Amino acid sequence: MSTASAVVTGLGVVAPNGMDTEAYWTAVLDGRSAIAPITRFDASRYPVSLAGEVRDFTAKDHIPSRLLPQTDHMTRLSLYAADKALADSQVDLGGLPEFAAGVSSASTMGGFEFGQRELENLWSKGGQFVSAYQSFAWFYAVNTGQVSIRHGLRGPGSALVTDQAGGLDAVGNARRQIRKGATLMVTGGVDGALCPLGLVGQLTSGELSTSTDPARAYLPFSADADGHVPGEGGAYLVLEEAAAARRRGARVYGELAGYAATFDPGTDGTPRTGLERAIRRALDDAQVRPEQIDVVFADAAAVPDLDRAEAEALAAVFGPRAVPVTAPKNTTGRLYAGGASLDLATALLSIRDGVIPRTPNVEACAPDHPIDLVVGEPRTADIGRALVVARGRGGFNAAAVVRRAS
Amino acid sequence: MSDATEITIDDLKRIMRESAGEDESIDLDGDILEVPFAELGYDSLALLEAAGRITREYGVSLRDDELDGVETPRAFLDAVNAALVRV
Repeated sequence: MSTASAVVTGLGVVAPNGMDTEAYWTAVLDGRSAIAPITRFDASRYPVSLAGEVRDFTAKDHIPSRLLPQTDHMTRLSLYAADKALADSQVDLGGLPEFAAGVSSASTMGGFEFGQRELENLWSKGGQFVSAYQSFAWFYAVNTGQVSIRHGLRGPGSALVTDQAGGLDAVGNARRQIRKGATLMVTGGVDGALCPLGLVGQLTSGELSTSTDPARAYLPFSADADGHVPGEGGAYLVLEEAAAARRRGARVYGELAGYAATFDPGTDGTPRTGLERAIRRALDDAQVRPEQIDVVFADAAAVPDLDRAEAEALAAVFGPRAVPVTAPKNTTGRLYAGGASLDLATALLSIRDGVIPRTPNVEACAPDHPIDLVVGEPRTADIGRALVVARGRGGFNAAAVVRRAS
Repeated sequence: MSDATEITIDDLKRIMRESAGEDESIDLDGDILEVPFAELGYDSLALLEAAGRITREYGVSLRDDELDGVETPRAFLDAVNAALVRV
């Protein structure tokens, strides 16, 4: 396997606070949150009633009729984001060899809304009323399949299911495929399960905020943190072999310079050290020292114990309060695999524009978290390298370093 | 449930549109009786979904093997109408 560089040449964002990259980025810089009462269904009797919904998406405006009966909402959002990313990259896929381009996506929940509807059909009407498309529409890997078919991406195809960490694991895997010979990978994640079945599934984590005040419901690293809010959306990226991108004169957002994943033991009481190891290995992989990282996009669970573990891991690697840390994901809600992919896109936009978005609604970092949390206003800074951190339920940790293209 | 004893090509077009969508680049309103489903943008799963809807709407039961080798709307209609007579 080579050590070819992989660069990001296209971004496709679909977020509750922005239906494309620039709208989302503007909202993030303005600190504009989309967290609000759930409208997709009557959530008034559920303990969690807030979410970050993508409200401006009309499926039939973006998705071919042939695909509507066979796709869950999150697949439609995936197709939309992948379309945007490919258009942004301006690549001519037809000019590539047949198996040179592939798809590596991540999904945390799969197609719950579709699945719930078909389960309701099964139990209330009978098996004859279950859609034949249920066979794949609910499935975690379906986004990779549908994106691949739509764009004729017949190279490597894979799907990762490691919760929020998956949004980085998918991109790390895409780089691996490029090093094994692929020219281009469409990669990232989109999640969305804001239906009763999906919400009930998410409730089992015990990590969702039950606040009914959108401004108070998702306060990572705050002394008032009481959990996160679910959201839907994410991002797809076009990752390209650097030399190929250069040859076609592509605009480059940055390089995926480092990536690592680790796994923590289960709930047996063993100290969780995996996050720190993942960060150190990602830095090593990028061949950078901690002091060369200009900003960290945090996992930011807003669960006090998890915030503490993350803050301590960051302080162990970088020193206490030695690097700016931010979590603009509290403007979208936690997007699971989609969240980490979106953080990668956000990090690349930070590099592009020389600005670190703030973590809105948080007035101050809790004093016992030894990190420099960016609150109040965005910070202007020359950003050459950014670290993105993600954790998934069940012990998954991932870290990625992106840097300005040389 | 309909008590029709025969389904027509127009019924089938409606069912295909409802159950599997419609390829924007293909005109289903033309004469498609002999056009293979593959050329109309429908795969085997689309036919399975359409057959499921026909089962529910017309109360007809199609065995899996009755759709084996069915490649055109005409063959599909023949199979369904044969089954309807059986009901």
